[in-house]
Amino acid sequence: MATHEIELKALMLASLDSDAASHHALFERLSGRLRAFYSGKLARIGRGAAEAEDLVQEALLAIHFKRHTYDPAEPLTPWVHAIARYKLIDFLRRTRTSLDDVPIDEADTMMAHDDNLSAESTRDLEQLMQRLPEKMRCSIVAVKLDGQSIAEAADRCGISESGVKVNIHRGLKTLAALIARETRT
Amino acid sequence: MKTDDLVALLSTSLEPVDRRSVVRTLCVALAAGSIVSLGLTLVGLGVRPDLITARALIFLVVKLFFAVGIVSLALVYLTRLARPGGGERKTSAVLVAIPFGAIAVLSVISLGFAPSSHWDKMIVGDQWLECLLSIPIIAIVPFAAAIWAVRKAAPTNLARTGAFAGLIAGGVSAMAYALHCTDDSLPFVAVWYGGTIVLCTLAGAALGPRLLRW
Repeated sequence: MATHEIELKALMLASLDSDAASHHALFERLSGRLRAFYSGKLARIGRGAAEAEDLVQEALLAIHFKRHTYDPAEPLTPWVHAIARYKLIDFLRRTRTSLDDVPIDEADTMMAHDDNLSAESTRDLEQLMQRLPEKMRCSIVAVKLDGQSIAEAADRCGISESGVKVNIHRGLKTLAALIARETRT
Repeated sequence: MKTDDLVALLSTSLEPVDRRSVVRTLCVALAAGSIVSLGLTLVGLGVRPDLITARALIFLVVKLFFAVGIVSLALVYLTRLARPGGGERKTSAVLVAIPFGAIAVLSVISLGFAPSSHWDKMIVGDQWLECLLSIPIIAIVPFAAAIWAVRKAAPTNLARTGAFAGLIAGGVSAMAYALHCTDDSLPFVAVWYGGTIVLCTLAGAALGPRLLRW
């Protein structure tokens, strides 16, 4: 427990300084823990793994886009748990599930379990990507899905290298907004 | 969508994160809200004409002390509430009651020293209706600014966060309105300033869950 906190916090601090490898390692670990957390909770109300995965992704997006609200003077685990819990309550309200059926406050169990079997959510990434503006989609597909370098992507999408970076950044935000809107309706 | 894909996607194009942005955004919102409130008061209502007299100045200072006390305590607490899981400890929430308690005690003392025939006038004052309307109306802009700032962060207790946004807005509004208000008695401040600020707080608590969802 304590070692998790120390390791995860170190990764978080590095990722706040925009260290991509740390960010990746942190989010991989968090997704395992979030998956164990959500699938445990949702199993009690008879919901499937795909819906738990929806929540895992929502929580990861929230952690990513709200990472500026993490105060480095505080431990990381309670901050992550607060976001995970908030997204769970939001989900239960949205699906009109009684909050009494799901025990929410087990902060200590949140980080204790791990489930690293990557799963598929109900969302279709391809479909979501289709709704992005052309330059954003092209930049993300090139760099992220096809693993090209920024320079290659700039060439392929017909924009400058800084343009690729900006478009990836904006595209991810738009993607997050699309996912959020989809879950809301 | 595979979660691994999403994680890989998020790790690209990272930018350094400004760790002070929560506090800074709130301070910017507070400053902007205060300036607009002051402007509205000066243009819409005007400064009280007798401001240079000693009595008027003393009461202006009392009113400002009350309002600034509320704003600064509420701001400290709101910066915690704006972060996930922040502000769960109840003890610090009680601190914002201090200005209200202090003004209540001072009011009772000042009523005690005054003949009971004056009590009506001291409590109701001349412009109670104007005060009752002005403070909530002026509070709208600082409230909107506070909500904007908190939305940039990630509050997880929406009702309480909304309440504190309302409390700050009420305090800022009272600060501005004090420049115009000519009712100089402690019970008046306690009842009408205190009451309207509490009203703003309740409105904020009611609106919070709708305005702050993310």
